[in-house]
Amino acid sequence: MKGSLIILSFFATGLLLGIFRWFPPQILSYNFSFYVLCALMFSVGISVGNDPNSFRQFRSLNPRLIFLPLMTILGTFLGVFAVSFLVKDRSLANCLAVGSGFGYYSLSSILITQYKGVELGTIALLSNIMREVFTLLFAPWMVKYFGKLAPISAGGATTMDITFPIIVRNSGKDYAIVSIYQGFVVDFTVPFLVTFFCSL
Amino acid sequence: MHMFIVIAFMLAGIAVGFLFRRWKIRFIHRLILTLIWLLLFLLGLEVGANNTVIQQFGKLGFEAFLLATGGTLGSVIFAWLLWLSFRSKTAEK
Repeated sequence: MKGSLIILSFFATGLLLGIFRWFPPQILSYNFSFYVLCALMFSVGISVGNDPNSFRQFRSLNPRLIFLPLMTILGTFLGVFAVSFLVKDRSLANCLAVGSGFGYYSLSSILITQYKGVELGTIALLSNIMREVFTLLFAPWMVKYFGKLAPISAGGATTMDITFPIIVRNSGKDYAIVSIYQGFVVDFTVPFLVTFFCSL
Repeated sequence: MHMFIVIAFMLAGIAVGFLFRRWKIRFIHRLILTLIWLLLFLLGLEVGANNTVIQQFGKLGFEAFLLATGGTLGSVIFAWLLWLSFRSKTAEK
């Protein structure tokens, strides 16, 4: 929670400086953020490739639960498809690109801003923050009515870090590995799915 | 075009990380966090400097809310389906 507040405060600081034009205008025109984004993606790749547990850890998993990330992704797409009729100004592909953040608001909003501009990027940031907050707030309710896998799916890409403690508290320790596995897999798909839907 | 460069950078990173897997690159998580901070600050700047987006902030927020609700509910329902099949299978044993 503290980490998300720090991240949000960086966004808020930028927002205020931007509104009052307290910055050298060249920062935005040089496409500086694209180079930082490339550096970020390279670093994200290194962290995945460098971690020996990345691919090993998951052998003890119940075979049925291997499909949980797939259910998360398909369920999200179907839900986003359903509400896309209410979001009239955005194409289905744009809606799905936002949904493909799965709560990973930092990376998805950065990517979408780069591909589709600042308007959709803002929607992606807000929407994925909301998804994370929904998970943090409604996890007990989700477990009660939809079973112990529900908050793990709702948490999307965040279930190995930010929403992990809440999930373990509500679904139980037995679901800790599932939560980490699902977070890892969904997290990994974010850049690919976001890129895919933005290229349509 | 941009998108493929971005993905290529990530794949290159995975390859480099894998090649150097004997050496734990410890500072990488710190670096990732710092870059995310920097990029969200830049995103804030860009949003704040964009009058159209600022004027529409409420509308964008509402669209974001709809998409978040749809995505969360959809995934919860699909997880429930898997949960039900998982339960019934366990019960048979």
